[in-house]
Amino acid sequence: MARAIAHDEQGRLLPQAGHGDSDIHDHGHDDHGGEHPTSTGLNNVKVLMWTFIASECLLFGSLISTYLAVEGRTIPNTPGPELFDIPYTSVSAFVLLFSSLSMVLALAGLQAGDQRQLRIWLFVTAALGLVFLGGQYYEFSTFYFEEFWLDKNFLGSSFFLLTGFHGAHVTVGVIWLLALWLYSLRYGIAPEKSLLVEISGLYWHFVDVVWIVIFAVVYLIPYSRIEGGGH
Amino acid sequence: MATTTQAPPRVLRRPVEAPSGLWSWLTTVDHKRIGVLYGVSSFLFFLAGGIDALLIRLQLGKPMNELFSPDHYNGFVTMHATTMIFMALMPMSVAFFNYIVPLQIGARDVAFPRLNAFSFWVFLLGGLIMSSSYLVDAIPNQGWYGYAPLTIREYSPGLNVDFWIVGLQILGVATIAGAINFFVTIINMRAPGMSLMRMPLFCWMTLITTVLILLAFPVFTIALTELLFDRHFGTTFFDSTRGADPLLWQHLFWIFGHPEVYILIMPAFGIISEIIPVFSRKPLFGYAAMVLASMAIAFLGFGVWAHHMFTTGAGPVAYTFFALSTMLIAVPTGVKIFNWLGTLYGGSINLRPPMLFAVGFIGTFVIGGLSGVMHGTVPVDWQQSDSYWIVAHIHYVLFGGTMFALFAGIHYWWPKFTGTMLNDKLGQATFWTMLVAFHVTFFPMHFLGTAGMPRRMSIYPTGTGWDFWNLVATVGAFALAASVWLFVMNAFISLRRGEPAGNDPWDGATLEWAIASPPPVYNFARIPTVSSRDPLWVEKRSEETAVELGFAPRRAVAVVADPVEARVHMPNPSFWPLVAAVGLSMIFAGFLMPWYLGAFPLITLLGIPVLMVGITSWSFEPAG
Ligand SMILES: [Cu+2]
Repeated sequence: MARAIAHDEQGRLLPQAGHGDSDIHDHGHDDHGGEHPTSTGLNNVKVLMWTFIASECLLFGSLISTYLAVEGRTIPNTPGPELFDIPYTSVSAFVLLFSSLSMVLALAGLQAGDQRQLRIWLFVTAALGLVFLGGQYYEFSTFYFEEFWLDKNFLGSSFFLLTGFHGAHVTVGVIWLLALWLYSLRYGIAPEKSLLVEISGLYWHFVDVVWIVIFAVVYLIPYSRIEGGGH
Repeated sequence: MATTTQAPPRVLRRPVEAPSGLWSWLTTVDHKRIGVLYGVSSFLFFLAGGIDALLIRLQLGKPMNELFSPDHYNGFVTMHATTMIFMALMPMSVAFFNYIVPLQIGARDVAFPRLNAFSFWVFLLGGLIMSSSYLVDAIPNQGWYGYAPLTIREYSPGLNVDFWIVGLQILGVATIAGAINFFVTIINMRAPGMSLMRMPLFCWMTLITTVLILLAFPVFTIALTELLFDRHFGTTFFDSTRGADPLLWQHLFWIFGHPEVYILIMPAFGIISEIIPVFSRKPLFGYAAMVLASMAIAFLGFGVWAHHMFTTGAGPVAYTFFALSTMLIAVPTGVKIFNWLGTLYGGSINLRPPMLFAVGFIGTFVIGGLSGVMHGTVPVDWQQSDSYWIVAHIHYVLFGGTMFALFAGIHYWWPKFTGTMLNDKLGQATFWTMLVAFHVTFFPMHFLGTAGMPRRMSIYPTGTGWDFWNLVATVGAFALAASVWLFVMNAFISLRRGEPAGNDPWDGATLEWAIASPPPVYNFARIPTVSSRDPLWVEKRSEETAVELGFAPRRAVAVVADPVEARVHMPNPSFWPLVAAVGLSMIFAGFLMPWYLGAFPLITLLGIPVLMVGITSWSFEPAG
């Protein structure tokens, strides 16, 4: 038996006090965030968010693949990419991009201990998200009246499911940011709790980046094909 | 930190000694209790799926049998597969993740205990909603793969497919949430000194399984969502009469479906890799090769999906690619088999029931793997596709493979779960009955497939030459049920008057055997420091050596009842995960009810605030 384990490094289960004095706090915790050392040194909630985002990439990836799978197949006399208003959508893409900047400013404000800056930029970020959603609502209703809708053809199906799914993500983000904003107004957020804002920021940046991909793949590519091919 | 001693109002606090009663189970966030909940419910679903199987075998026992209508037969086939895959085998693996992983990595709980409770409740509600289809006689009957366009509303008008979509969407949320949790737990919660390459193999397999889930399940979620939209909102993703690609569903489904096979088998590999070294009294042979081979299997598993579509006319280039990639997977799988054999080689083998199941696993899994390589060959697949050969193959890998490993794991860790031993004689009887019955049931299906019997047919004519082997398989299926019954008896006897197990009945190598059985709420009075792959063996052997040489032995601190235990600080119980799970299930279940004013899925709309209240309260309650 000794032979069997001989190749193992010598080592024992040594007693080890918990970090800190004698009190042991080493357990799974949803809320304690960065207070306990982890195996990688990365905060649990942050790893959770990155893992979640990895999974989200596959969700959006599948939707985009579906869109690309059907995008080339056009059915005569049904509406499609010729309805896209590229300048209009560019503006809303810029709105969303700018909200990523304001999100960065909010976090920077918190980390600098400036509650006012935090509140202002949190609100601006949420407001820009709302502007984007308003723009999407207007765009969808325009398409609807021009007979481009999710039950009209498969291009419409995949377009509206994809952009609608993204819109739902923006909506969740806006609710999250507004909740943080209200919380900061009522209680303030301590700089040690900056993780709260950082995590929502990660999510928000991800949602913005996805929109850039959607804008390129869903709007620009089919539109350029129409422009290039001529009617 | 000092603030945590101040008891927050209106919040349940969890004392260190385990509380009892229904309420404590509904609000538990303890990974061991959640593991037990997963284990018991998945075993009940396993029995339900087993009853489906017996009904199928009853119907096929003789030719021209009119016992069940073809519709009900299709329902049993669909629900047997769906129940076994999503409600029995996967959650039973998750039961082991829950109970064993934190113990093996030396942690007090998972990274997110309440998210863990949420995953369980979502899983249970999803399973119950799926099963409730029996009550309204709308059993999903389209096959577990749900091929669209067959499943769009025109061709499957009933609620059957909706039950399937809704049930799987809910189960999918549970699976993804659980996978994220265990990924973070294994990455971040390991005891000091436990580097990734010192982790027990079971934790490695869990980690790889979570990655597979995170990459594969979202694809299925989207496919199901598109089908749901086709059925309820008039989209045309899969409606080939309106120009859709009839193969889109198959691609999406199998991009998920093949990795799903590895999601089912990886935990089994992990369990086997724990048991074989302990019962050979020898460290695992080729640890690093095992880890790398598993990663290779997981990676290659994403590039083989079209081997399920060899009869769709994809063309020679695609066929060649997918046939080669499929066969390539046999290489790392072979590496694993040889590593297990290498561990057995020269070991002092102890054939207790866990080891019997483990060795049985290797044998049957190899047969299943070989038949899999056979229909990975395109011309052979054209012959075997949709025949009973495929049914034989899938059961050799999922029953002979995964289920044998899960039974091995149950027999191995039962003393840790309950503190009592299972009866050895009964365990051996379970194994031998199961092994013989398994081969009697499923080996003849190779003959049936080769003789041309198609799968998914409820009635076959006389004079086909299929009668005899079908009868044999039916007899075997009931013998299999008897073997499961033997296990259930063994379990009850053990719970009522089993021998006390002690901490370490098998001379285990990993940390879970260093602590009491069942473990205290906080697992480890003090978090251990790990300096080898088989920490407990090294510790026990150095203790023996110390006694021989006349030193005072250095005791494993985890074994010693420690005065600090009263001060161990654990998270509070919470019922908000349950509330959130109910809200989430309502959102999906709304698609099964008549819509309010014909326009609104009322239950869906009601579910949104319930979910939001659950999540908000969860976010703002003190975790402890
Ligand atoms: Cu496959």
